Amino acid sequence: MNARPARTSSSDAKAGNVTFLGMPTPADPLRWGPSFPDAARRELGNEQLRRNLGHATATIRAKRAAVVGEVPDWEALRDAGSALKTQVMDNLPELLQELERNVTARGGVVHWARDAAEANRIVADLVQAKGATEVVKVKSMATQEIGLNEALEEEGIHATETDLAELIVQLAGDMPSHILVPAIHRNRAEIRDIFTARMGDAPPDLSDVPRELAMAARAHLRRKFLSAKVAVSGANFGVAETGTLSVVESEGNGRMCLTLPETLITVMGIEKLIPRFQDLEVFLQLLPRSSTGERMNPYTSMWTGVTPGDGPQEFHLILLDNGRTRVLADEAGRSALHCIRCSACLNVCPVYERVGGHAYGSVYPGPIGAILTPQLTGEPSDLPYASTLCGACYEVCPVKIDIPSILVDLRAREVESGHAGKGWGAAMKAAATVMSDGARFRRAAGLGRAGRVLAGKDGTITRLPGPGAAWTDSRDLPRPPKQTFHGWWADHEKAAGTEAGSGTEPGTEAKPEPGTGTEEER
Amino acid sequence: MRIALAATCLGDAMFPQAPTAVVRLLERLGHTVVVPAGQACCGQMHVNTGYQREAVPVIRNHVRAFAPVADGEWDAVVVPSGSCTGSIRHQQAMVLDRAGLGAEARTATAVAARTYELSELLIDVLGVTDVGAWFPHRVTYHPTCHSLRMLGVGDRPLRLLRAVEGIDLAELPGAEGCCGFGGTFAVKNADTSAAMLADKVRAVESTGAGYLTAGDYSCLMHIGGGLSRSCRSGTTADDGRGVPPVRTVHLAEILASTHEMPWSDPDPGGRRGRSLPGTGAHEQAGGSRHTTEVAR
Repeated sequence: MNARPARTSSSDAKAGNVTFLGMPTPADPLRWGPSFPDAARRELGNEQLRRNLGHATATIRAKRAAVVGEVPDWEALRDAGSALKTQVMDNLPELLQELERNVTARGGVVHWARDAAEANRIVADLVQAKGATEVVKVKSMATQEIGLNEALEEEGIHATETDLAELIVQLAGDMPSHILVPAIHRNRAEIRDIFTARMGDAPPDLSDVPRELAMAARAHLRRKFLSAKVAVSGANFGVAETGTLSVVESEGNGRMCLTLPETLITVMGIEKLIPRFQDLEVFLQLLPRSSTGERMNPYTSMWTGVTPGDGPQEFHLILLDNGRTRVLADEAGRSALHCIRCSACLNVCPVYERVGGHAYGSVYPGPIGAILTPQLTGEPSDLPYASTLCGACYEVCPVKIDIPSILVDLRAREVESGHAGKGWGAAMKAAATVMSDGARFRRAAGLGRAGRVLAGKDGTITRLPGPGAAWTDSRDLPRPPKQTFHGWWADHEKAAGTEAGSGTEPGTEAKPEPGTGTEEER
Repeated sequence: MRIALAATCLGDAMFPQAPTAVVRLLERLGHTVVVPAGQACCGQMHVNTGYQREAVPVIRNHVRAFAPVADGEWDAVVVPSGSCTGSIRHQQAMVLDRAGLGAEARTATAVAARTYELSELLIDVLGVTDVGAWFPHRVTYHPTCHSLRMLGVGDRPLRLLRAVEGIDLAELPGAEGCCGFGGTFAVKNADTSAAMLADKVRAVESTGAGYLTAGDYSCLMHIGGGLSRSCRSGTTADDGRGVPPVRTVHLAEILASTHEMPWSDPDPGGRRGRSLPGTGAHEQAGGSRHTTEVAR
């Protein structure tokens, strides 16, 4: 992958005297930075980051495991969540139209956006029509994905993130590194510095005690909530049956944004649908336990169109495609759209835990990002290889997305489209020739003995030439054995006397082999 | 029972001690072991790296070699590897099906239905937990990712180990975390892999065990390579030299070890088998590092 130019947001750099090493806002929130291996190497070199991440992911992993463990029918809930999302994907056009009808009937206005540019244009036009130059925002992955804040800034509209972690990221001119905890890569001392330098109204003697940091942000945000005429949110769920939208959050900032301003604009990915109101029962159990490790979500807001005299009197819903219909068309990969953005897969991922979110070069990091990002963009990507296929993600996913299998499929797609490197292709082809024939394989395995010369006098290989160096840079390799297993087996058989049918003369290629004798039968 | 052994390509060419141990163990338990000569590899590396088309002939060869189990010629196929068993069970038929080889995909499914990872075979099929093994050493167990999460072997390997006479099992901190191997991941994302490996090596060394065991030689090759390097660079030895690394042994090797035929080093000429001056226990309880070679 080529490095992509970063676009500097207006809040970045010169706003304070301090420069915060973070990820400058990129031109495309789904494709930025160097290749994954290179970005990972950079992040691995950051000891502070690894400590912050290791501590944070271990804490949240333990919390999730504890509250999931106390639900006796957790597996049944996962099955239900998975089945409901499959049902949504199978009936998406009809359900979307049902949602549109019901939102409209309740006084909302529905807009359709094919891509990021269309969605951003619609939001900017709506804000400008209200004559506003400031909006408050509820934390939302969809608006991160389309780079809404930067697009509004270009139109002279300032968007304020009101989720604490998003605010930290925004003030630092940084990029989020986690779906749920976007500032997971920051510790509290860094946050204190960011607030002091960038917030404008932070107390000068601000300490790094979490409560003090939260109170400073609270005072800062309260002024924004009370003055904003327009709020922008995402949506966790859109109920087709009733036209109800829902946002699930922990800080109450969402509730403020969803109730105080006169106008509410919601950007929702088309996959966020659920068929019936009753289905919330399943997801409101799955989501908080999986994401924050809480039994019940603190602030669950729901609204249906416009209610006279109560809350925003103008409501716009923007239904965002931005690559989702392409994902939907793919039978193998479409279940990536089932994701409810809980981020449990990030917290258990051994790769994410070491390298952090910025290495993935997308607002969707971690295992779900590795399958979602390349599918949304439809472009070549090395993200499908950013996994050991250890399966921890699949195990915790509340809607049972088989991430490892999709990763394997996406790798096949990279290979098919010729993006996997010629050297690998040639090596794999050669290996396949050897490994698709017992006799050929045994001959090659026997030749492996020659590799013993690579070992030092203690019998260990510490340095391999060429691509093998990627292994021996950090690991030894035992020298190949003097005798292969098949060699041993031949001796063993001879010693035991020949027993009918048990792999006669395996070392002799010319003789008929019982194991392959079935060829004629088939 | 007549049991066909899939030695795995890595086991055959690089770590023959694992399939050899399976033969010894099963024959000791009174079963007949068959080694179908046509076998080579299950195709996992190709499939997991994205080379599904190249994997097709490899998988066809495996299915052809083990097809007799589907006709009842053998009672079961045993594989001393969780990840190869996982690939046989969850990938082979899918790849053949996609390649338009429906009939062979069905055979693959039938073969897979009778294919077991070693601990599954022993406990679920043969109904044995105490195999009569003797292994008087301090051992720690790494549950490999594919055994644990793709196959769901649960605590079967631990139940087998607990029944081994003389064994001193030390719990591995963070046992369920991946070692960072991931097949070609170790090369394609070498830095990330090495970071994961470093944590695993530290955890293994903290147990004070002289032996690390697992059901997969691929993971053992990776962790073993890290243990050997860690020892070589002197990061674990107090004096920075002369301490043998924690050895890696496949679960089958421990289960095959008995009073009559105790485990022996597969490559005694190598460093891992070199005796150092002094005598005494290879491993010491209580988390301290062993300082001398095991006396056998």
